[in-house]
Amino acid sequence: MSDKLTLPKPQGPVDGAAETLLSVEGLTKHFPIYGGFPIKRKVGAVQAVDGVDLTVGVGESVGLVGESGCGKSTTGRLITRLLEPTAGKVTYAGQDITHASRRQMAPVRSEIQMIFQDPYSSLNPRQTVGTIIKSPMEVNGINPKGGVENRVRELLELVGLNPEHYNRFPHEFSGGQRQRIGVARALSLNPKLIVADEPVSALDVSIQAQVVNLLQKVQEEMGIAFLFIAHDLAIVRHFSQRLAVMYLGKVVEVGDRDSIYNRPRHPYTHALLSAVPEVALDDETEDRERIRLSGDVPSPIHPPSGCRFRTRCWKAQDKCATSEPPLVQISGNRENHLTACHFPEDPTTEARDADIVLDPALAALEKEGE
Amino acid sequence: MTTLTKTEGERAPSGPEAFLSVRDLRVRFSTEDGIVKAVDGLSFDVERGKTLGIVGESGSGKSVTNLTVLGLHNPKTATVEGEIVLDGKELVTATEKEMEKLRGNKVAMIFQDPLTALSPYYTVGRQIAEPFMKHTGASKKEAKLRAIEMLDKVGIPQPAMRFEDYPHQFSGGMRQRAMIAMSLICNPDLLIADEPTTALDVTVQAQILDLLKDLQQEFGSAIIFITHDLGVISKMADDLLVMYSGRAVERGSVREVLRAPQHPYTWGLLSSMPRLGGDTAQALTPIPGSPPSLLNPPSGCPFHPRCGFTSEVSGNRCSGERPELPAGRGAACHLDDAQKSTFFIEQIKPRLG
Repeated sequence: MSDKLTLPKPQGPVDGAAETLLSVEGLTKHFPIYGGFPIKRKVGAVQAVDGVDLTVGVGESVGLVGESGCGKSTTGRLITRLLEPTAGKVTYAGQDITHASRRQMAPVRSEIQMIFQDPYSSLNPRQTVGTIIKSPMEVNGINPKGGVENRVRELLELVGLNPEHYNRFPHEFSGGQRQRIGVARALSLNPKLIVADEPVSALDVSIQAQVVNLLQKVQEEMGIAFLFIAHDLAIVRHFSQRLAVMYLGKVVEVGDRDSIYNRPRHPYTHALLSAVPEVALDDETEDRERIRLSGDVPSPIHPPSGCRFRTRCWKAQDKCATSEPPLVQISGNRENHLTACHFPEDPTTEARDADIVLDPALAALEKEGE
Repeated sequence: MTTLTKTEGERAPSGPEAFLSVRDLRVRFSTEDGIVKAVDGLSFDVERGKTLGIVGESGSGKSVTNLTVLGLHNPKTATVEGEIVLDGKELVTATEKEMEKLRGNKVAMIFQDPLTALSPYYTVGRQIAEPFMKHTGASKKEAKLRAIEMLDKVGIPQPAMRFEDYPHQFSGGMRQRAMIAMSLICNPDLLIADEPTTALDVTVQAQILDLLKDLQQEFGSAIIFITHDLGVISKMADDLLVMYSGRAVERGSVREVLRAPQHPYTWGLLSSMPRLGGDTAQALTPIPGSPPSLLNPPSGCPFHPRCGFTSEVSGNRCSGERPELPAGRGAACHLDDAQKSTFFIEQIKPRLG
């Protein structure tokens, strides 16, 4: 693959203020596909993640957004080393952990924790809440002051649950409460980095805010760095200072919150933002641009050549098919705002003179209606 | 605009323009743990060509209501009381045979998860053509042509080839398009869309929502749009019904409900939702607690255990007396109108950013 092309200089942390905790360079994960008879051979690969560069500073919250199948969850799993990277480098606190062995990983594992999406399947139904929360401590041989049980009660209280519920089972809790148990488990080892993979998307609207606020409190008070993986752009915006937008296994745009949400350059970021349904509380919100892409994300087994977004992009030209745009700071971008696009859009999200409607059915219906 | 009804529980003759009118609907399920009151005294009307949005959290009874309208509840476990009148026809007492004639013909439904709603065993084309053959008596060939026309209309490329495909060969967005084609094939007067875009990505969701809206203009169907997402509803609906614990707590036009909401639950929903233009320095204001159990819902107003405004109501009316939903625009809340607007303007609106 043309990894070389996509490898810009690793981005430093914002303003150089925060120290880099985790950095990822050219991270790649291809899942092989086997086929054929009688001997199964590798016939292809799902290029789930293909050359991702990312840094997370100490205590920083970085958002990773994109649609399903763009590789954001795989990236999270590669960083926590739940999956073995095909290529690339993962550096945690100055230590290369890309292919670290179990034993080498052991001290690092306790510092990188994960919060999962589904609070129903990520807790063992046969264990009490107490057992669930204390097991990471037991596995890592940690004996906190005042005993393990005390610590568990402390954690339960911290995440807003009643410490008396120590002996209850997960089924006795609601979805939001279960997600709090998941947070308590992640916090039990005093981690430095938490990878939160869609931590609120399985919850009801009124409960989502409770968990987001809890995570925010945890992040601010305990100085834990977060990699917040989500598809909901409004929630990521609320939670993360810096963001990376992924499309088909690649990061297409990285920048601070304001750059991504108010001055996006990549057409995909524009499309993504314009697709978010916003409640119109006043007439102001109506003035956003309207972009309707056509079709779905292409298969990551045979991703388009060159720029991967070109098949759905309204600005695509021949160049997009032949050369892959590097992720760089293009002219007009602020510092640390990198975009991988040959023909970037203007840095604004305001309504255009004409809507961009690429969907053929939609375009036909709208033409008829005029 | 949908004609909004008189006080709940009261029998109101459905006006000539109300195409579907539901009066004091009560749906109960008997379970091992007791009786679940999934819908508890719900009334609403839907007018031809308009969209009624129903929002609520999981367990608020929004899906059950609409399954009942279609007669898709299990008659062995569910008791249905009240009145559902569709175009002058009473549906609660209708026989299964009569319902069969309506389903897919006059009333159609789009389900949340198109992968489970489509049968993996039959081709997409056959499933789309089936209701057309059943209800119009068309031949297989005519039905196929019609199905291909519909597939084209909803934006499936090469519809004639795709007709022969199975659901697993379609992507999520395309499956939902196929569902839409299936539901619209008989020109239904009423389309019930139950969280039709929840399983989809945002960019695909935006396509599907716009497609539904444009198709509605062409077909003139009334739509009941069920969702938990206030953003989606503000794009889709003309009128809005906010449900909580099996009851409607607020209704009005979308503009009224979202710009000047009156019920503390609607306030809570709005302020717990982060917005793209909101102030990120301001913490979200979640609704405390969790949705009530439908086995033994709280006395009085079902929202009172989570409500921050109960102290503003004199006496113990919130926990003692169930507030009625007034006719037309209004909210089922004991706060008086002046309080509702002052609290919203002074306390809630500034938080919305």
